[in-house]
Amino acid sequence: MTDTLHVARAVAWRHLYKAYSVPSMLLPSLAFPLVFFAGFAGGLSRLDSIPGFGFEGGYTAFQYVFILLQTSAFTGMFSAFSIAADFEAGFARRMMLVAPSRSGIVIGFAIAAFVRAVVTVTIITAVALASGMQVGGGAVDLFGLYSLAAIVNVAAHLWGSGMAFRFRTLQAGPLMQMPIFLVLFMAPVFVPIDLLDGWIRTIADVNPATFVLEAGRGYIVGEPAGATRAFTAVLLLAALMVAWALRGLRRAEGTP
Amino acid sequence: MTATLLAMQVRALSGRSIARAFRQPAMLFPSIVFPLVMLAVNTGGLGSAVGIPSFPADSFLDFAIAVPFMQGALFTSMNAGQSLADDIQRGFLSRLSLTPMSRAALIIGHVSGAMAIGLVSAACYLAAGLAAGVQIEAGVAGAVVLVALSALAMAGFAALGSYFALRAGSAEAVQSMFPLMFVAFFLSSMNMPRDLIEVDWFRTVATWNPVSYLIEGMRSVVITGWDAEALARGFATAAALVVVGLAAASRALTHRMERT
Repeated sequence: MTDTLHVARAVAWRHLYKAYSVPSMLLPSLAFPLVFFAGFAGGLSRLDSIPGFGFEGGYTAFQYVFILLQTSAFTGMFSAFSIAADFEAGFARRMMLVAPSRSGIVIGFAIAAFVRAVVTVTIITAVALASGMQVGGGAVDLFGLYSLAAIVNVAAHLWGSGMAFRFRTLQAGPLMQMPIFLVLFMAPVFVPIDLLDGWIRTIADVNPATFVLEAGRGYIVGEPAGATRAFTAVLLLAALMVAWALRGLRRAEGTP
Repeated sequence: MTATLLAMQVRALSGRSIARAFRQPAMLFPSIVFPLVMLAVNTGGLGSAVGIPSFPADSFLDFAIAVPFMQGALFTSMNAGQSLADDIQRGFLSRLSLTPMSRAALIIGHVSGAMAIGLVSAACYLAAGLAAGVQIEAGVAGAVVLVALSALAMAGFAALGSYFALRAGSAEAVQSMFPLMFVAFFLSSMNMPRDLIEVDWFRTVATWNPVSYLIEGMRSVVITGWDAEALARGFATAAALVVVGLAAASRALTHRMERT
């Protein structure tokens, strides 16, 4: 256990040092969520005048929950890119040779992904509050909201790690991103689910991202709804992703 | 240099650039598939936006079909930049500088290669849009104008991509310009007409953003018919991009050749 923690701490520190000292890694991870937030909350705010929109917190809060979910997922997934980059550079092999506990590598990257998400979410939250976001939920509601985001971050990171351990190249980047992108955008991103129709409504009805968004939007206005369904979905997903990442690690260990 | 010689050099370099682009499906695939996926997802998610009072279209698909063409231009700039940066890193540009090759031919050749991918992508967007039920108000001629404006915008963005590549000289640095392009793309009238954008600062940025005029020009032939003002703004913006992009790329090439 001590070995695992030592490895995790070293891996997390190295990744965070790289992430916050290399501008080409740092700037996109901060800029993209802010641009999405500006583009959606700023550019599409007229959508709340559609008959039947009916979200009490205003369009900024409505979009904030999506951007929170998206940032958590993408920060987690992008941190897994570093695993693939380490394999390409040959560093991951050397790391696996010296690490007394290789599970610590997975945990270390997951910790780093979480810290990166916390930093980015803090900045987005500050921008959202400065731009007049209304928060109706209390401390317990916000704890629920950010807990959901944290679990999404871990699950997305483990998904990316599993892919990185299997493909061991950055060329797998689109394969890592596309499923997350599709799951997120096939949820009620711009309007409440009742205003969706056609094929996207059919998918949104069974999409776990819908459950998380609806619960998160309930939390931010202080009227939680569907929280059990959302937590069940993300916890199940995270459990599956733990197995996916660890099996990927074993596969990488067994590959010369 | 005679015009005939210049034309020969442009043809040789364009041919190389086009052949290279089509030999790499990894370059072609994202520029076709990603904008179409975005179109499908946005049309599904934003379909109810047509219920906003004064929304200018009855179908969000008609309103949004211009967006993939603009995204295609974004990918064109990346492809042109990547391809030229690759030539710089592999020493092809240094070897070329020992020949009497004209600088104009080099830039036009690279821009043509990227535009070839862009035009194939544009044909795919148009075909997918028509198959999904897009009604082009300006008819067949409108579709031709849509592709022509898109091609001119692609040429402008490809020239800008070439400029970045010549300034930076590495593929990684060209990649880092993507966020800048992405910001320009997002802070525009891409998803909502400017007069329906409520947030003042966003509407101001979208009004100053040239991408808005490109999108609005392309959009006009689909949802309005023949709108001379929107088309004039769109073509003027695209032409200005081409002139500025080529001039900047040409200057950057001169500096790079001096250093080589």
